[in-house]
Amino acid sequence: MSFLPKPKLHHPSLSCNALGYTRRDYEGAISTLCAGCGHDSISAAIVRACFELDLPPHRIAKLSGIGCSSKTPNYFLGNSHGFNAVHGRMPSVLTGANLANRDLIYLGVSGDGDSASIGLGQFAHAMRRGVNMTYIVENNGVYGLTKGQFSATSDKGAKNKGGATNKDEAIDLVGMALQLGASFVARSFSGDKAQLVPLIKAALSHKGAAFIDVISPCVTFNNHQGSTKSFDYVREHNEAVNFLDVISEHTEISVEYEPGATEVVRQHDGSYLRLRKLGENDYDPRDRAAAFAFLESRKAQGEIVTGLLYVEPGAEEMHDLMGTSATPLNSLAEDRLCPGSAVLDKLNASLR
Amino acid sequence: MLQIVKNEPVVVTAINDFVIKFANVNGSGSASANQLFAKSIIRMGVPVAPRNIFPSNIQGLPTWYEIRVSEEGHLGARDGTDLMVAMNPQTWDQDIASIVPGGYLFYDSTRHLPPDKFRDDINVIGMPLTELCNREYADPRQRQLFKNIIYVGALAALLDIEIEVIETLIKEQFRAKEKLIPANIHALHMGRDYALTHLNCPIGLTIRRSDQVGDRISIDGNAAAALGAVYSGATVAAWYPITPSTSLVEAFSKYCARYRVDKETGKNNFAIIQAEDEIASIGMVIGAGWNGARAFTATSGPGISLMQEFLGLAYFAEIPAVLFDVQRAGPSTGMPTRTQQCDLLAAAYASHGDTKHVLLFPEDPHESFLFSAQAFDLADRLQTPIFVMLDLDIGMNERLCRPLTWDDTRRMDRGKVMTEAELDTAKEFGRYLDVDGDGITYRTYPGTHPTRGAYFTRGTSKDRYARYTESGTAYIDNMERLLRKFRTAESLVPPPQFYSSDNATKLGAIYFGSTSAAMREAQDILARHNVDIDLLRVRAFPFNDDVRNFIAAHDEIFVVEQNRDGQLRTMLINELEIAPAKLRRVVHFDGSPITAHKIIEKISSFLPAAHAVFSRSAL
Repeated sequence: MSFLPKPKLHHPSLSCNALGYTRRDYEGAISTLCAGCGHDSISAAIVRACFELDLPPHRIAKLSGIGCSSKTPNYFLGNSHGFNAVHGRMPSVLTGANLANRDLIYLGVSGDGDSASIGLGQFAHAMRRGVNMTYIVENNGVYGLTKGQFSATSDKGAKNKGGATNKDEAIDLVGMALQLGASFVARSFSGDKAQLVPLIKAALSHKGAAFIDVISPCVTFNNHQGSTKSFDYVREHNEAVNFLDVISEHTEISVEYEPGATEVVRQHDGSYLRLRKLGENDYDPRDRAAAFAFLESRKAQGEIVTGLLYVEPGAEEMHDLMGTSATPLNSLAEDRLCPGSAVLDKLNASLR
Repeated sequence: MLQIVKNEPVVVTAINDFVIKFANVNGSGSASANQLFAKSIIRMGVPVAPRNIFPSNIQGLPTWYEIRVSEEGHLGARDGTDLMVAMNPQTWDQDIASIVPGGYLFYDSTRHLPPDKFRDDINVIGMPLTELCNREYADPRQRQLFKNIIYVGALAALLDIEIEVIETLIKEQFRAKEKLIPANIHALHMGRDYALTHLNCPIGLTIRRSDQVGDRISIDGNAAAALGAVYSGATVAAWYPITPSTSLVEAFSKYCARYRVDKETGKNNFAIIQAEDEIASIGMVIGAGWNGARAFTATSGPGISLMQEFLGLAYFAEIPAVLFDVQRAGPSTGMPTRTQQCDLLAAAYASHGDTKHVLLFPEDPHESFLFSAQAFDLADRLQTPIFVMLDLDIGMNERLCRPLTWDDTRRMDRGKVMTEAELDTAKEFGRYLDVDGDGITYRTYPGTHPTRGAYFTRGTSKDRYARYTESGTAYIDNMERLLRKFRTAESLVPPPQFYSSDNATKLGAIYFGSTSAAMREAQDILARHNVDIDLLRVRAFPFNDDVRNFIAAHDEIFVVEQNRDGQLRTMLINELEIAPAKLRRVVHFDGSPITAHKIIEKISSFLPAAHAVFSRSAL
């Protein structure tokens, strides 16, 4: 996690977004991950998604746990506050941060060891509470920083670099997120930027718990023959159910789409998700039960289903459920917080 | 003090100075009747210290309610029971055994008991409570509930308590359910009339109206601490249920519902979240503290154990957090409903690596309120976890204490937080740059400024600009600054309190928290027997020079505390480099609150001359 600042010089032809920022304004320090790591592609996708959504970089809070994936928040959004928490506990820190200031955009980055093993409990409870966040798991099925142990998302029967076979059933975080009530659930592949960037944009503009499982091959420890998280394997078994476009509220939807092939979902912030269905199936991402059944049936066939798997645009998030004030709690002053001495005098009188 | 009348049979006589204990079955509705009884004595101007002694169970197991009545205002527990109200056949034998010679037994005489179930040296008062209830009430629930009120009425007659005072309390209690008032007053008089007609009233123990309560209030430490959190602007509470801390968050929830709901919008100016475990609780507190909200958790020893890793992060990454540790007897599940002061070391040095945390030790609910409010200022000022060390004795018992006060001009001390405007004009921002030389650096809240003041919070080693580094020099620089900050804390935490003896002495005692009442009483008793001892009540860790000087000024120091290993003593030895032999370990750790008698017994065992004087009978 070395801190290598990038030069601040910008090429004059770099384009600006609506806020006047260039892509470079969303970048972070130079990555120290292995060359070719899938995680770096995800970082680049996050940079592009935030740039394209015109998000003010400093209004994003990026949080992570421990592991290769959790190092990445240092490599994007250098003008955002970041928090590298303890192993598997990013969800609770993010939840607390969100309670303190509901006005920021929360981006949690985690890995399969972080979220599916040590932090499975925190992952589950953050989903069921509907914490308003984008939660990305950079899923490579292996412990990278400790050099190649199986993780809990390694498929049963998958082989590690040394040739040993994983005997335990894999935890499918997408299935769990669906079951636990996440209101936005997607899966993607770090090698498919065209699919990943719109998914991140949609998640960032979603209100509620948005979860994206991104299969992100580990080039050093899990990219060999026999791995089910290698570039080759994922490319061969990737079954994308839809292709997503995120359209800002100001863009008029003027083109008529062929019915049945495209669906438009309006998000709470006014933006639209335009979903183009792929393949033979008639996948409906607004039917939680059907999503479950579809994922299970494809899993049995060894396919990795990707795309926007479930979305509930009108979901209530944690603050709605708790009835918290619209003003962020961290900016309330004494006049709203302290009942004052007269109240205390009355209270004293009632305690005699 | 008790006077033993030397004639046969022995009869304890005392006015406003005795211990009554109610032996009940939990879940039988006795608690509110017992509280009513205790409060009636307070309303007669006589100080009372009530204590619940209860099992880790919901229904059916034994529970006791002990009331110490003390005109002199001693609110610590006292050994021995002068009047036992024995309502639980399950604990009969041990209850009878705990009565002092010449004391009284009040019991339900509906069922005949063989003579060997009693003692010759106590005064037995039987009243057929069940029979009276069965005659009066048909509904089994009423029989049970009114039995409690009936014995309160009988006790009022036996102890000469003004019946009008109890009637007033009943009317206050059922203000919202007025139709219950006549039935309760009827039951009260039923008991009183029976006692006046059939029993010798009053007995040797009586309550006489006095003026020793003053403007004091009765509140439990957990509720007072919760109020402190409300007053000092805490907005986020994340917790996991654990006895004896649960009622703290429940009280916070109650007070927030009353004082923190916006009148216009109906929205909450607070957030209370029941986390999945204590690890998530402290994680949420840390996340909220990082993001500029005042946040806390309440827990007990096992919870502190679970939070260890996160506490290291909060210490090292310097994030404000407030923890209320309502201590109970450990280790492990231990005795979850019994009191101890046993988490000092676990809290002071929580986590791995070199860590030290600030601890506050309130002595009663009044200080629980004060220290709770101060803890949030300290957490923000020092950017570190602050532990408020309560225990079950303070936290879960209503205690007579000074009224709570608040200065309306007081403002939250949010510490060194840079605003957007300050970032614009500042020369530079280094999250861990010690600009002022006090070890406390400047921080920013996330989202403050588009281009300045953002930094990466991490548990890994970093330089003064929050950049990751494994440089040994930078690591040491940071660790030593953290020590400098801890020294700054010495001047910010509540200083110790000194209670001098009347005559100059070379004997001293150091103690903290709930030991306070018993220790002050012990000092009085010792003085009456010409043993002078100075007291120093430690109110916080780190210790300041007052503690060092007190130890230096005395030849022999007793460190009095409620745990097995003498944890405060260990910390004094460790932090102040005191020769261990100078600090005598005086410990009490059976789960009951410490008493003056137990303190004296142990202190005098170190003092050969005093030992003979303080044999048990002499007290």
